[in-house]
Amino acid sequence: MSTIAVLGMPNTGKSTLFNRLTGHHAHIGNWPGLTVDLMQADLQLSGRSLQLVDLPGIYDLRGHSDDEAVVRRFLERSPVDLVLVVLNASQLDRQLRLALQVQQLGLPAVVALNMADEAARFGVSINASALGEALGQPVLPLSAKYRQGLETLQHTLVAQLDAGDGRVAVVPEALEERLAAADADLDGAMAELVERCVTLPSRWRDSRSRRLDAVLLHPVLGLPLFFLAMALMFQGIYAIGVPVQEALGGLLDQFGQLVLKPLLAPLPGLLQGFLLEGLYQGLGTVMAFLPVIGLFFLAMGVVEDSGYLSRAAYLMDAFMERLGLDGRSFVLSLMGFGCNVPAILGTRVMRDRGLRLLSMLVIPFSLCSARLNVFLFMAAVFFPPRIGGLVIFGLYLMSFAAAMLTALVFRGRFPSNEPLVLELPPYRLPTPGQMLSRAWSEVKHFWIWSRRFIILGVVAVWLLNNLPVGVEPASSASLAGQLGSFAQPVLAPIGINPKLAVALLFGFIAKEIVLGGLAVIYGQADPAALGRAMASDVTWPQAVSFMLFTLLYTPCLSTVAVIRSESKRLGFTLLSVAWSLLLAWLVSLVAFQAITRLS
Amino acid sequence: MQAVSRLVDLPTGATARVSSLSADAGLRQRLEALGLRPGQAVQVLRRGWWSGPLHVRVGMTELMLRRRDAARVSLAA
Repeated sequence: MSTIAVLGMPNTGKSTLFNRLTGHHAHIGNWPGLTVDLMQADLQLSGRSLQLVDLPGIYDLRGHSDDEAVVRRFLERSPVDLVLVVLNASQLDRQLRLALQVQQLGLPAVVALNMADEAARFGVSINASALGEALGQPVLPLSAKYRQGLETLQHTLVAQLDAGDGRVAVVPEALEERLAAADADLDGAMAELVERCVTLPSRWRDSRSRRLDAVLLHPVLGLPLFFLAMALMFQGIYAIGVPVQEALGGLLDQFGQLVLKPLLAPLPGLLQGFLLEGLYQGLGTVMAFLPVIGLFFLAMGVVEDSGYLSRAAYLMDAFMERLGLDGRSFVLSLMGFGCNVPAILGTRVMRDRGLRLLSMLVIPFSLCSARLNVFLFMAAVFFPPRIGGLVIFGLYLMSFAAAMLTALVFRGRFPSNEPLVLELPPYRLPTPGQMLSRAWSEVKHFWIWSRRFIILGVVAVWLLNNLPVGVEPASSASLAGQLGSFAQPVLAPIGINPKLAVALLFGFIAKEIVLGGLAVIYGQADPAALGRAMASDVTWPQAVSFMLFTLLYTPCLSTVAVIRSESKRLGFTLLSVAWSLLLAWLVSLVAFQAITRLS
Repeated sequence: MQAVSRLVDLPTGATARVSSLSADAGLRQRLEALGLRPGQAVQVLRRGWWSGPLHVRVGMTELMLRRRDAARVSLAA
């Protein structure tokens, strides 16, 4: 088995190339001495077994960021047979540095000049064979996005591995010293190589980006346009996603009633109830929401890959700076609207500890797709369609307000003065295939990730509702009822009854379970029937309070776990949980009391 | 002739050559990796609202950087 490490700067399409080569069979690998997960994939090329490891995108092998340290540690500890260096073909004037550093370390390498199509469009022409000769490494122009040059790359990888057979993969000795020794000559060597092998256009040719930026980064119009685009995006997602979700929910319920129920009939009553009303209902209720989540990831993928997301960082930085954050925190919070966990992992790009901790404190208030499930359902049950949309919009505003308030409150405790220098890539047209496959793998990841929690959670809810044996399910005599009543002194003032309290308790594990849990608590699988059962038990001010609490308190155990592992501080993790609970309770209290007193 | 001019003072639309960086090692490395090295020509494309970041082009790369950080990039007169 040979190991190939994939190395490259951010914004080079490295992950796209990795996915193209591995065909989405990547999994998280364990590497000695690394605290972060690296994606890796096993594949067969011309009869050779290979494993490809996707290293984090870095600018400089000598750099100071966490990711750069991770790459160094990986190279120092894990012998690799070949390094695949991925460079953005139109930016060789600065990216060749990485290929030169790999050359200095004496690592066998193949250099892929990705986005060759874009380089041609911008008028950059490259003499790849001269470059390859100078580097002593094969240099291949290609386009991962449009699948150009991939076969040649595969052949070259195999040929290089064949040529290296008999050589034992070793780790470079004295990595840092060797890089430091050669650093002084690096810029000169790079300039000389570019001079010799790359022809840059006499003037900038990307008129498309120039024209778009004139509008989208306009000092006055830029921000309103950005928020308009976001609002339209969310509108579109719901307009398409909600009907699909309702149809799917109905279908799954039919399947349960007409197919599963007769099949399970021979089983004892308790087991039958557990499988059908517990597990199937819980999983089904959540599964119905996958189309909405898929659409969300699809839309976010388009925004990110088009280059607009980095423009959002530019537009929002001045505002975020005044909150003690920066444009990246805004972008990460925006990603957090999909799922908080990767957004918190994304704070690794920040070197300043204060900035990173403050961002981690803010991100959990982003209304993630799991919470959206709950809100879409409740808004449809308790409000007419037109108002329901406004309720969802209000919850998004609340999410922003909570994040801003949190930043303002804790800005002084987590001060930072980290510089902010970000690349603004040219605007790109994402290809439909690439977007779909990306959304698909995100949904798959979400489903696999949440399924564990959903199954555990739904089983636990069902047990709490049906134990002790013989009790009326979810009645006040059941464990759940007792637990809910126990918490009433705190929860009654915010309008949370014992049943809702149990749902909130499980929402602490994951918001994905809340709906499944409610389905179990009310004994109704079909969303429409569940809605009716809830509407007869809960008033709309209670529903509003429940939604606000769900929005603001701890997103899920996974988020808590990742905050703990990334901050490496228990005290900070507890602060994050306690602050969100306090804020949730206070906001729900004010909202519930105000609504009940006014109406 | 001005003694020292800085990237932050370069008028929007103007181009100048980087002469030196007076930044700590971390920022210097990031700036250089993104192409802002002594000798390179840099153009200011626009400035963000409310004292927001600068949008600049250097070589084949476009960047945003805060005015505070742009003050650390000295330009040749």
